[in-house]
Amino acid sequence: MSTFVAITISGLALGAVYFLVSSGLSLIYGLMDVLNFAHGVFLTLGGYAGWAVAAHMSQQQGWTFIVTAVAATVAGAAVATFTEVLLIRPLYGRPVGQILVTIGLDLALVGLLEGGFGSDSRSIAVPAWLTGVTVTGPERIPNADFVSLGTGLAVLGALTWFLRATRYGIIIRAGAENRDMVRALGIDVGRAFTIVFAVGGAAAGLAGLLNSVAFSSGLIGPTQGDTLLIFAFIVVVIGGLGSINGAAIAAVVVGLVQSYVSFYAKSGAGLSQLGNMSVVIVLAIVLLVRPRGLLGRIA
Amino acid sequence: MNSPVLDKLKQRSVLRPVSQPPAAHRTRRIILAIGLAILALIPFIGLSLPSWLLPGPVNIVNSVGTLDVLALGFIFAVVALGYDLLFGFTGLLSLGQVLYFALGAYGLDITLSDWNWPLVPAILATLTAGLVLALLLGAVSLRGTGIAFAMVTLAFAQAMYYLIEDNPHNLTGGDTGLVVSTGRLPSALIGVVSTRNLYWVALALLVASYIVVSVATRSATGKVWLAIRENERRAEVLGFRPYRYKLASFSLGSLLAVAGGMMYLLLVGTASPDSVASTTVTVSILVMVVLGGPGTRWGAVAGAMVYVYLQQYLLKIAAEPSFASMPAPLRVPLSQPDFLLGVIFVLFILFVPGGLSGIRLRKGTRGQ
Repeated sequence: MSTFVAITISGLALGAVYFLVSSGLSLIYGLMDVLNFAHGVFLTLGGYAGWAVAAHMSQQQGWTFIVTAVAATVAGAAVATFTEVLLIRPLYGRPVGQILVTIGLDLALVGLLEGGFGSDSRSIAVPAWLTGVTVTGPERIPNADFVSLGTGLAVLGALTWFLRATRYGIIIRAGAENRDMVRALGIDVGRAFTIVFAVGGAAAGLAGLLNSVAFSSGLIGPTQGDTLLIFAFIVVVIGGLGSINGAAIAAVVVGLVQSYVSFYAKSGAGLSQLGNMSVVIVLAIVLLVRPRGLLGRIA
Repeated sequence: MNSPVLDKLKQRSVLRPVSQPPAAHRTRRIILAIGLAILALIPFIGLSLPSWLLPGPVNIVNSVGTLDVLALGFIFAVVALGYDLLFGFTGLLSLGQVLYFALGAYGLDITLSDWNWPLVPAILATLTAGLVLALLLGAVSLRGTGIAFAMVTLAFAQAMYYLIEDNPHNLTGGDTGLVVSTGRLPSALIGVVSTRNLYWVALALLVASYIVVSVATRSATGKVWLAIRENERRAEVLGFRPYRYKLASFSLGSLLAVAGGMMYLLLVGTASPDSVASTTVTVSILVMVVLGGPGTRWGAVAGAMVYVYLQQYLLKIAAEPSFASMPAPLRVPLSQPDFLLGVIFVLFILFVPGGLSGIRLRKGTRGQ
């Protein structure tokens, strides 16, 4: 049982990364009814931006990692903003077209990354303490897990504050309930669309970096984000499309289930992917019992 | 926000109605018949064409390389036709179509090579397995609508991918995949000389699938599919049960993907997780259907042929020596078929929402 705490914290940290990704997906879907498939490549680009910036630092310390994280966040936000303005905006009123265009963007950008960096992964330079472990009694807990967990909680707090206390947060919440009414009140919903994309992209960029550091041994590859995105989609559906709190709960559940099953099923032969598959089974059960997800609106 | 431009955009939505004037109908049939005759005769045409035209390494029309690419195009046309049933005709955005393609390829391989079944029972067993799984997973995933449906199908396909990677009981060969054992195959389908025969079989499968899809979409059930696509609530109020009709569309579309997967195995001879089970295959099927124009039968076929041809052709171009001398900012994007196809896809969605078939039809109606 000595590893139980470590496995739990690892699951929570994974849940935090899932939350960073799925909160953006959920915000965007809640306001715009767009499911953003390009979110995966936002993650990947965040990871590459972190890699590029970290590679230019002569030494790795606490503050350089913060700079790296800021670079990943800004890269995600910038790409997401461009995506909204250039590709999503011309397709207002064509929801299927908006979904398809994000799929096309993902295909194109992943292709571009494979052309530019090759399909091999790059290693992101991080400070030594981030790759170390904290030993408490019999437990050995990777420091990166704490960083993920802390970031996830901070982003959850910041998002909650943003949605409850700021003017744009209130517009976004109102717009999710009734877009036309907000527009009729003379408020520019279009700007709110750009903001949710920017916020979602920022969280995704940061998540891309954290995922590499905490769960991929510091490596970043062209298709890494898309692999993670599928789990983020599952989180969003389990949590209920459009619900931030639902995404947070579902992210923790999925992270923990995946972490426990991966660890405890590893002893069985030929079941190395059972952790990933268990998540799909959770999804199927939730959909059978409660088709709109944990906290979803009635479709 | 009410502008004429916006209205026009809305009218040219991705999903268009299929009804056409009878004259256009007849011309299209004639074009189809001529096209089919040419395709059937291609293995006899030893014509040599300029090297920039053909995708294979040898610039002869009936070379093995060219026939292979065309046959692959037919196979994906079958899968795209099946996907068009769901997406184009019933309005269901599934993101798990690759599951059935993988089931076809792996199912046939396992029954033929591992269990040593004769070809016909192996095909029938694989089709049955595909039908059962489609009914089962369709019944679960169709409980969600719209985006939820898309995500659940995606999740199931991903589970299948992991299952194949897992290599349970050494059935799937894990990462490296499987090679079909030729012991149970008729000699006409084995070896390099078989390419021509496989080409014809693939073409025959495409024709059969086209007929099945035509009959299905023109039937009473097909009309209900269209009604569900346009407005599911309305179809429900009219007394139809959308769930059953959607399940029928899902199952038939999936069966075509199973058939395509089996044909793929016969043509290519191997099945690996990345080539037949990964989500990128689903995305390429979706791209084919949207390129061709969703909700049109021959659009799906044209989209698949163009996609497969372009993919092979772009790879060939990128390998040319003159390419290496290009400056990196130009060479890197141009050497990636995925990048170029993604860009083409995005441009089509933005500017040609009706796809390839939409271009032709708009010209046709303008003359009347």
